[in-house]
Amino acid sequence: MKTQKISAWIAVFFGASYFIIPLIATFEFSLRMRRGEYSFDAYRSVFSDVQFRESFSYSIVMAILTIVFGVLLVVPTAYWVRLRLPQMRPVVEFITLMPLVIPAIVIVFGYLRIYNSSSYIPFTGSARGTDLLLMFSFMTLSLPYMYRSVDTAMRTIDVGTLTEAAQSLGASWPTIMFKCIFPNVMSGVLSGAFITFAIVIGEFTMPSLLNRPAFGPYLQLIGANRAYEPPALAVIAFAITWGCMILLQLVSRFSKSAPAKP
Amino acid sequence: MSANRAIDLKKTAIDWLGITPFLLFAVMFLVAPTLYLVTGAFLNPAGEFTFENIGGLFTDKIVASYWISIKISLASSIGGALIGFWLAWAVVLGGLPSWIRSSLLTFSGVASNFAGVPLAFAFLATLGRTGLVTMILRDWFGINLYATGFNLLSFIGLTITYMYFQIPLMVLIITPALDGLKKEWREAAEILGATNRQYWTKVALPILFPSILGTTLLLFANAFGAIATAYSLTGSTFNIVPIQLYAQIRGDVLHNPNLGYALALGMIVITGISNLIYIWLRMRAERWQK
Repeated sequence: MKTQKISAWIAVFFGASYFIIPLIATFEFSLRMRRGEYSFDAYRSVFSDVQFRESFSYSIVMAILTIVFGVLLVVPTAYWVRLRLPQMRPVVEFITLMPLVIPAIVIVFGYLRIYNSSSYIPFTGSARGTDLLLMFSFMTLSLPYMYRSVDTAMRTIDVGTLTEAAQSLGASWPTIMFKCIFPNVMSGVLSGAFITFAIVIGEFTMPSLLNRPAFGPYLQLIGANRAYEPPALAVIAFAITWGCMILLQLVSRFSKSAPAKP
Repeated sequence: MSANRAIDLKKTAIDWLGITPFLLFAVMFLVAPTLYLVTGAFLNPAGEFTFENIGGLFTDKIVASYWISIKISLASSIGGALIGFWLAWAVVLGGLPSWIRSSLLTFSGVASNFAGVPLAFAFLATLGRTGLVTMILRDWFGINLYATGFNLLSFIGLTITYMYFQIPLMVLIITPALDGLKKEWREAAEILGATNRQYWTKVALPILFPSILGTTLLLFANAFGAIATAYSLTGSTFNIVPIQLYAQIRGDVLHNPNLGYALALGMIVITGISNLIYIWLRMRAERWQK
């Protein structure tokens, strides 16, 4: 029993060092810009860079659009599958897992081939069209996480009874959807939204191959050309991821302490 | 009778209408692009059926890039699985204070999503030529890391970097499985006179085995498809398959679009098989988690 505890402490110590040392090192490196002393110059340089602000706000807008359209696609589907098409559940679940099976770079390769400017649906023919395609590709990437968190939230409510109750009170389908179902799966929607946000902000492959000025390709560009800004950006990116995950935990804890009453 | 049937048909039609947007989305953005590449891999530029592209994969350069990709994915997934299992075991069964468990799980949630370009920056600042750890080893301990042959932009460096998101992913997936080990099993084994070692080798590990193996495969696929970290660490000098495919998409470096499709097909096959085995093993593992 004694050796077990020692081994457990060694594991935790090892794990903690592996996780924390790179964070400390990154932070330390980001302060080294001024020779001989520590300063926040690298951060000042990052924040005053126009490209940083542009690519960062581009990615934030993309993330919000992805979340809105992703939720509008996933919630009604998960609801409908539970209510009317339970036999389709394995199929739908399999489809939602596909983005985990097929690497992102392969998916976007396919997009570039079938939606190029000389095809029937020339998404990449214009900048707006490419933005739209990029949003759809982000929706694809986040589909597994979004679907699973919404579906988990839907498991705790009795979809059939809720729908019948709403119908017998004369509610229309949109009313049922937005006044009944959405509020009840809000915790799942929010969890999915935060993880989508974290994914979209950092994604490199898709915007890079679609040639859109997102945050991921900007990071890569800076990494190839500068010395002290990259670690500063890494610290910022880590803080964003951390923020998203904290919010996610808060949401799931909140929903656990106050379960939806069917 | 026929009126009933008409109503039934109408109901079925409405039922299907409800998931049409989803199915349309899936076909347009998942099924069609994948099918296009898969069929393209079996066509020559003139559009005729051929196995030439698949054969074309077996040239030195492409085989080498698959091999290095597989090696890195294997090393980082096995390393990540072992260390992640050790950590999960420590917080679940090691008798540590409970705050350690909750902080490890929270941290794992963050770190498993902290991949891509920023992760490369973090490791350059840690183990790069002027990274903190490299400097500390040199100044305090007199060890010149780069003189020992270590290089962050190599197989070992990339493996260490990948493990930063592999270990937390293992912790997140395997902790519930360890929680599922029932106390009664251990007590029963002890009453029957089993030693700690016998309990682990004859009871616990066989139960956990599908979860461990399955998660390792998931980690493998995870590493195999990753590109951003490697690309921003090494540029295009390090020829793992995703980087090669990236170069092919950008500039047809293989001088044969259909060979590019075959390259993509190879990736789908590898990640697909490991994921399918993972899903199958997970279903087996869930028998014990009820």
